Amino acid sequence: MSKFTKFLASLAFAAAALGLVAAAPAVAKVEGDTIIIGAAVSLTGKYTTAGNHTKNGYDLAVKRINAKGGISVGGKMYKLEIKYYDDESTPARASQLAERLIKQDGIKFILGPYGSGLTKAIAPVTEKYKIPMVEGNGASRALFNKGYKYIFAVLSTSEQYLAEAIALAAEQAKKAGKSPSSVRVAVAVENDPFSMDIRAGVIADAEKFGMKVVIDDKLPRELSDMSATLTKVKALKPDVLVVSGHSKGAVLITRQLSEMKVDVPMVAITHCESAKVNDTSKFGAKAEHFLCATQWTETMSYKDDLFGSAMDYYNDFNAEYGYYPPYQAAESSAAVQVWADALTRAGTFDTEKVRDALAATDFQTFYGNIKFDDTGKNIAKPMILRQIQGGKYVAVAPSRFASGTIVHPMPKWKDR
Amino acid sequence: MGNLGILIEAPIFSVQLLIDGILVGSIFALAAYGMALVWGVMNIINIAQGELVILGGYFTYFLYLAGVHPLLALPISAAGMFVIGWLIYRVVIFRVVDKDLFISILATFGISIILQQLMNELFGADVVTAESGLGTRFLFDGDVTVSEIKMVAFVTVIVVGGCLVMFLKKSRLGQAIRATSQNARAARIMGIDTDKVYATTFALNAAICGAAGSLVVMTWVIHPFVGLAYTVRSFMIVIVAGLGNLAGVLAAGLGLGAAEMFAGFILGAEFQYAFVFSLLVLILVWRNFRLQRRRKFLK
Repeated sequence: MSKFTKFLASLAFAAAALGLVAAAPAVAKVEGDTIIIGAAVSLTGKYTTAGNHTKNGYDLAVKRINAKGGISVGGKMYKLEIKYYDDESTPARASQLAERLIKQDGIKFILGPYGSGLTKAIAPVTEKYKIPMVEGNGASRALFNKGYKYIFAVLSTSEQYLAEAIALAAEQAKKAGKSPSSVRVAVAVENDPFSMDIRAGVIADAEKFGMKVVIDDKLPRELSDMSATLTKVKALKPDVLVVSGHSKGAVLITRQLSEMKVDVPMVAITHCESAKVNDTSKFGAKAEHFLCATQWTETMSYKDDLFGSAMDYYNDFNAEYGYYPPYQAAESSAAVQVWADALTRAGTFDTEKVRDALAATDFQTFYGNIKFDDTGKNIAKPMILRQIQGGKYVAVAPSRFASGTIVHPMPKWKDR
Repeated sequence: MGNLGILIEAPIFSVQLLIDGILVGSIFALAAYGMALVWGVMNIINIAQGELVILGGYFTYFLYLAGVHPLLALPISAAGMFVIGWLIYRVVIFRVVDKDLFISILATFGISIILQQLMNELFGADVVTAESGLGTRFLFDGDVTVSEIKMVAFVTVIVVGGCLVMFLKKSRLGQAIRATSQNARAARIMGIDTDKVYATTFALNAAICGAAGSLVVMTWVIHPFVGLAYTVRSFMIVIVAGLGNLAGVLAAGLGLGAAEMFAGFILGAEFQYAFVFSLLVLILVWRNFRLQRRRKFLK
């Protein structure tokens, strides 16, 4: 390209940009036959990677919905469009942008940002203006105990992370002809807000089944040794051991359980992926048969009309963006599906009616079932437990959606 | 408290806790001995002790990644940390060695923050561990398990401690270190190069930390921000044992290790540190009480 044509091109571009600015009226909630949803997502800053997964998840869902002709609201077909802002990974900017989306741009429907921290920054704003927000990336319990009415989360919240292990233990007890209330639970979690949320969920579910919590240790943050807790496990012989302490908790339990040869029928932990405990070059087979909690995996049997099965979504996403979707992308796509479903059912753009439609959501997506409780969190999608089998993750619970079968009880150390 | 009943009904678990505690305590004792050395000779409380331990651990970890067996990496880490300790002395510590205790605490606190952040920048915040490939021993029909790496750690601590005592007693440099510790001014008058003695002492402490860190990364896990736990434990052991008393430091270290284990078992992991620190307060109060009585008699 010569200098002159380059100049012409940039001139044309500038003119086009100017024209756009001049032509576009303040973006409204619905423009002709397009519904505009607002989202402030981290496109720069420390959450860039996760922010991009979120945006790609949103975009893919919008693209697929529009390709199918859009959504029908009150008998008329509408296309979806998302107006993005970059929140620079900072909470202050995120809440500013939420304000701007609602007040300046007149947007009435919001999609969440990436992460609990940023979602916490936006929720008070959407609440203030009574604008509903569907989010797929804020798991903190603090989002759902403040009485917010306009936030809806498709993902499992932090207290659900390991609660599924309790249900699984109850199921296994029944299978062995024992009562679920005979199950004895040991909990060892780090003493930080996230892990304590996890603990609260486990304890509540154990109580629901009438199980006995025999160990309830809160590990210090400078956690370096779990042998006292594990000696207790050896002495009290619980049926299930639940451990959560970020990556270091996962690494410690992996090392020390095998070192002390403590036999537990079931071990459920978090952060397997970040600690890479299934990596046999690092840990041998020490984490073999551990259960690891995750939000979503492509091998589940969930299905919907838009994407097909979880595996179809997995491949579709890869074909579109050139990488396989992490769960952050999947839950973002599901959030868009929730909007589409609720707007169709509401049949109007009145935010109060749409909110009520959102609250009545009850359907299955490739990501899992979605049904909100009064606080707006999804209570229909359980966390998924994947067991490490031969160094690979195999989804084993909840058993009605899982593709693999659990090895239970874990083989004793002396038999390995 | 129900867990206390278990120990009474099945005393075998006390044996497990005791063995674990003692083996683990030996590693704390090693780091504490280095701290006592620097404190006694240079009158500096080294707040960066834990960070030196962790840095030593990283030395071993990277050698392990390069294919060196972690046990062989231990002396190399110690040597590497000797150099780093010497550098830290030459850059910072020599400026504060004769100053107020408060100044040196601030200086070493600064060093600890810098080391933490440097490790975070260079090595990342991930948790790392080095597998020694050693197994587990069973005692009492398999009721008690002892991991071999902890036994190796215990033996290593005893050997390193013994070597240190011999070094301080017999070698010229060791004698110079002890002389400086007794009276730096007199030592200087007698022709001892106290600056060199200080440099060696600090470097020696770093080397001891390197060895301790090496054992830590083989036994547990490390990450850049876990150093404080080792600083605090070392500090506590030195407070209880006093300065320049290796046997006392070792005993206090083993005692601390065992106390932590029992507290963790009986009260729960969340009270492990709380119990140990309450114990420290009790020991100090009791010691003060004894001192007061002695003063009364002296009158």
